[in-house]
Amino acid sequence: MDPTRKRRLRLVVALTAAVLLATALIYTSFSASTEASKPSELKPGRSYDLTGKVVNGSIRHAGDDLRFRVRDRDGTASVPVTYTGVVPDPFRDGREVIVSGELEHGTFVAERDSLVTKCPSKFTKDEQSS
Amino acid sequence: MAGVGSACLAVALLTAFYAVGASIYGARAGRREWITSGRRAIYCVAALAVTAFGLLEAAFLRSDFSFAIVAEGSSTSTPTFYKVTALWATQDGSLLLWVTLLSLFSTTVLFLTRRSLRDIAPYATAVLGCVAAFFLLLMVGWENPFDTLATPPADGAGLNPLLRHPAMMIHPPMLYTGYVGFSIPFAFCIGALVARRTGADWIRATRRFALIAWTFLGTGIMLGALWSYTELGWGGYWAWDPVENASLMPWLVGTAFLHSIMVQEKRGMLKVWNVSLICATFTLALLGTFLVRSGILDSIHAFGASTIGVQFLVFIGLVIALSAGLIISRLPQLRSQAKLDSLLSREAFFLLNNLVLVGLCLVILWGTFFPLISEAITGTEASVGPPWFDRLVVPLALVLVLLSGIGPVLAWRRFTPSALRRVLAAPLAAAALALVLLLALTNASDSPTSLAMFCLVAFVLTVVGQELWRGTAARRTMTGEPWPRALARLTGRNRRRYGGYLVHAGIAVLFLGVAASSAFVDQRDVRLRPGDSFEVNGYQVTYREATAKLGGDSAGTGAPISFGAVLDVRKDGKHYVMRPSRNYYASPDPSLGTISRFFEGEATSEVDVRWGLKRDLWLAVRPDISSLEKPIREADAKFANSPGNVQAFIVAALAERYRRDPPPAAFRAIASPLVMWIWIGGAIVVLGALVASWPSPEARLRRVRSLYSARLGQELSRA
Repeated sequence: MDPTRKRRLRLVVALTAAVLLATALIYTSFSASTEASKPSELKPGRSYDLTGKVVNGSIRHAGDDLRFRVRDRDGTASVPVTYTGVVPDPFRDGREVIVSGELEHGTFVAERDSLVTKCPSKFTKDEQSS
Repeated sequence: MAGVGSACLAVALLTAFYAVGASIYGARAGRREWITSGRRAIYCVAALAVTAFGLLEAAFLRSDFSFAIVAEGSSTSTPTFYKVTALWATQDGSLLLWVTLLSLFSTTVLFLTRRSLRDIAPYATAVLGCVAAFFLLLMVGWENPFDTLATPPADGAGLNPLLRHPAMMIHPPMLYTGYVGFSIPFAFCIGALVARRTGADWIRATRRFALIAWTFLGTGIMLGALWSYTELGWGGYWAWDPVENASLMPWLVGTAFLHSIMVQEKRGMLKVWNVSLICATFTLALLGTFLVRSGILDSIHAFGASTIGVQFLVFIGLVIALSAGLIISRLPQLRSQAKLDSLLSREAFFLLNNLVLVGLCLVILWGTFFPLISEAITGTEASVGPPWFDRLVVPLALVLVLLSGIGPVLAWRRFTPSALRRVLAAPLAAAALALVLLLALTNASDSPTSLAMFCLVAFVLTVVGQELWRGTAARRTMTGEPWPRALARLTGRNRRRYGGYLVHAGIAVLFLGVAASSAFVDQRDVRLRPGDSFEVNGYQVTYREATAKLGGDSAGTGAPISFGAVLDVRKDGKHYVMRPSRNYYASPDPSLGTISRFFEGEATSEVDVRWGLKRDLWLAVRPDISSLEKPIREADAKFANSPGNVQAFIVAALAERYRRDPPPAAFRAIASPLVMWIWIGGAIVVLGALVASWPSPEARLRRVRSLYSARLGQELSRA
């Protein structure tokens, strides 16, 4: 094989591999992703990453279950959540949380160990101005 | 003092601008005195930054709450170690740390190259000056760490309790040193491109800096993982969190860079690739700093929204556009001097390893920014979780470990299949033996990917052992030295090579730990009363009693209250006691009752880990303090205006009440095999990198000789 053809062949093979990999990347990421949603936009029948703030005074322990309400970041619409598993240390009233699960009969049933609490903004400048 | 600090920053900013202008003018007009002046201006920036840093440290140490940053991040009750380190827990403080480290690194490299690289160094000075100026501008314009409060509070808010962990306080400076270190090869690369000196000079001059940066970044990542394991209370070490990913990406591309520059040094190939890699590494380092500081992606580490996100994006955009433009305009100078002779050569495998590393980085980049990508394309914010990352990263990691075993034994240019068979026979046999033993004696077949990883680890370790053995044996036949001395001399003479082998062995050991602990972890979540027991992985764990301590936190974090548990653990006739606890920090919220304040603030898990080479037992407790709610509320009403000592007495009484009659507490127990080897592997990697970057006597001799000949030339030209 002459060198130019060889080089062109090599380029085509490399590009094809790159395109295939990129397609796989894009395809798997879209099919494996979970949609994020505010409490006011939840619909039953599919799983979401629920984001919002913990409603003040709503946290209850019931056996191994943790029950609380999550409201929109800037709104009052809220949804009750039942959760089991490890509770992150910064979990408190008013904190911003992300929890995965599904809406069932008006209650958001969370997957085990899926609760994530964002670090409190108390330690940044924002709190001082607000 | 705050005024002096602000002035330092402002003067440093002007000096950095001057350094940029003077070096570019000096290089363009060929005036050496301007170049020298520009270089010395960078030394001044370093002196000013260090002064500002010292002033701020002093303010933290004497708890001067007129500094806004001290009032936010420290308090009189914060232990001294955390007072010192609280500086970089804040946004403005971490910018100051960045600029201090950058100016110190720049000073070191510019001082070392002051008599060499005459064409490249002025432009490198200008680039370093620009980067320093950007960070100084951020502080002077938007985030001044020397902002003062008109009415200083009596006491500060204290350091975020989650950050009160030794690993967490060393982790940011390590990461930043890594990020900053990569700006040195970047600056010299840009300098080389501008000056059209695209040989391997800039690489030789900054290679060691790249390696040191890589080591620090890697150590920082390891410490972050260790913090996650021992402080965050969930028991894992890696969660594909955006901020973790942000530090891993420049490390991966930096690893690729460290490999591919060897190809350019030896064979004059891959020039475009190398300059692109270092530009990408630096951009990713900036992106890492930006991600932590901007809160653009949901992350538990992203500390709230930031005021400097836009500025960062503009700067990153400029860096990408300018370096891409420069590389394209210099393409004719970046042609390879040689061609790939054979696919069975070391350079071909280096290229392959580069592609895998960059591919890995792209996967992580895509996954990290997926929420933004999906919002832009579909309009809804969606994210990919750890399973997605695992699915794509695990195969790539397997390939990478395989390549790290094959790469070292290949020769440059060309290698015959029969020679390859000879050097790979023993490693392949070791891998096969590992496979048979694991299948016969353990349940490793439950996880095919882990099984594959175990075999690859055996393969790589045998390769490294074989190379050390051969080298030492060859040296022994030549010199007749005893084994240990032959090994030491061999390594000492070829530090880069054998340091590199050690790094490969360390990475293999690290992956051994990762593969074992991710696939064969045993976890139980239970709720126990004192006296109850449960079993996890053959450990018989019994909850003996509850503890309640005031101000006596064993980890020295300064927590006022800690509730914990004493557990008896029995396995195979051995018995030991573990004491996990949970610290409670008072809330600064004045609207809460005087007593409930003490219980309503932050709380952090202080897990207890029984470290073991074979298996860790990890225990965390979450005491149920809801039974105290009623008495706390009553105490709030009764003792609202009582003096401090009465309040302390009440809190002590409440704690005693918990200790005497504790409600069931929630426990998480994790028995995780071989986790220890992750940290041991990390330590081996650092050791190997140290060996590789330590200057060898020959290199010192060469440097002295070249300096001498340069002086001689100078004298001759003068005479």
